[in-house]
Amino acid sequence: MRRAVGALLRKELRLELSAPQAVPAMALFSVTTLVVFHFALQRGQVDGDLAAGVLWVTLLFAAMLGTSRLFVADYEEGGLDGFLLAPVDRTALLVAKAVAMFAFLVAFEVVAVPAFALLLLGPTPDASAVARLVLVLALADAGVAVVGTLVGALAVQTRARDLLVPLLALPLLIPVVIAAAKATTPLLLATGAGAIPVRWLAILGLYDLVFGLLAYAVFDYLVED
Amino acid sequence: MRCSTTWSRIESPLLYGTRLRALSILTAVTLTAGFGLAFFYAPMDADQGFMQKIFYVHVPLAIVALCGFVFGGIMAIQHLRTGDARYDLRSYVAIHLSLILGAGVLVTGSIWARASWGHWWVWDEPTLVSFLVIFLLYATYQPLRFSIEDPDRQARYASVFAIIAGAFVPLNFLAVRLAQAYTHPRVFATTDGGLPAKMQLPFYLCLIGMALLFATLWKYEMASKNTSAKLRSLRRKLGGDEAVARRGRSAAPSLRTGS
Repeated sequence: MRRAVGALLRKELRLELSAPQAVPAMALFSVTTLVVFHFALQRGQVDGDLAAGVLWVTLLFAAMLGTSRLFVADYEEGGLDGFLLAPVDRTALLVAKAVAMFAFLVAFEVVAVPAFALLLLGPTPDASAVARLVLVLALADAGVAVVGTLVGALAVQTRARDLLVPLLALPLLIPVVIAAAKATTPLLLATGAGAIPVRWLAILGLYDLVFGLLAYAVFDYLVED
Repeated sequence: MRCSTTWSRIESPLLYGTRLRALSILTAVTLTAGFGLAFFYAPMDADQGFMQKIFYVHVPLAIVALCGFVFGGIMAIQHLRTGDARYDLRSYVAIHLSLILGAGVLVTGSIWARASWGHWWVWDEPTLVSFLVIFLLYATYQPLRFSIEDPDRQARYASVFAIIAGAFVPLNFLAVRLAQAYTHPRVFATTDGGLPAKMQLPFYLCLIGMALLFATLWKYEMASKNTSAKLRSLRRKLGGDEAVARRGRSAAPSLRTGS
């Protein structure tokens, strides 16, 4: 199981490194979205809840791009068939894809979050606020990665693949948006970063746990045949 | 022909609609009694007046629709476990009826919000907001089914969706509820002892009536779907494959009975 996950994960990362597709697209999309936000909101700077909203809408919509590409190469080039022929647990694919998705999200956020701070964010967060922001991002990314893997696997076999991904994933990710936006708001206040209420981190953790277990339970049925 | 006797006992078209008439009558009577009591027996709400009566439609509709979604999820689990296409049909019918009831919930909720708070939509009413999110999620159920051609895969993927969405329902309610700093005063104030006694009886009667309505409609649609599947297979038996028009792409599960 661990060797299968390792092999699949190496394949994902090598593919993305040699022919970058998801990460540059997500990064570029997020920066463009920030520019759109600047003109649509008609503001040079945002802070507090507005800043948290702009950040999470940008990150989430960019993540939709990665989600809809996650299984496409495997599906079209026969990678799924190859995997199904191998005598390994199907869960290995779930774990590898979710970890790869998580890595892609982290990679594009390395561009998107500083771009957001540079382009739109009014207050400059200090080191401890950044550390707490990273914690919120990591917890939210885990949820997005799991749900993205599920939705990506579900949508790749359909005709209307790219239409269905955001339609399915966005409502499922509403709890993540709620908790992440609420947790990020105190970090981006113009009056200085405040503390994150613990319950939002708990909600994010609970969401990750529930969807992790759920994905583990149902993923086998998505890669049968 | 032992086979054919079990077949007629379990799958006879006549059996699909059993007790439908009794169930329909019971539904009509319960709902009429519930609404009658709601209008003539239940007291007027002190500050909302007559508009509060929509509570007797809105809340039972919402509870039944949510239970229908969860029921669809449970049937989907059964479908994945057993691989029996009939569970998929049950799940499909439950979810699509709940979607129709869900549209009713949103409309009545909106009217109620307009009457009591002056706005057609209020974001600080967590139950209504959660319901909207769940409704939007389930609204993709039919497009998802429709975009998968292979019937077996369609059924399997729809079941996976139904399970994920069914588990999402409580999680979403929790998150949305916590997101509200305060909540509006509600008819169901759990802190001061819940509903007044004279509202309880009509409310529970309306709730039971609405559940019966769901059950009746569910049975009607199941009977109709089963009967037409049976009809197709009988036609095919009599006249060969050419006698049956090819079934186009459809979001509804296809049952291949008696073949």
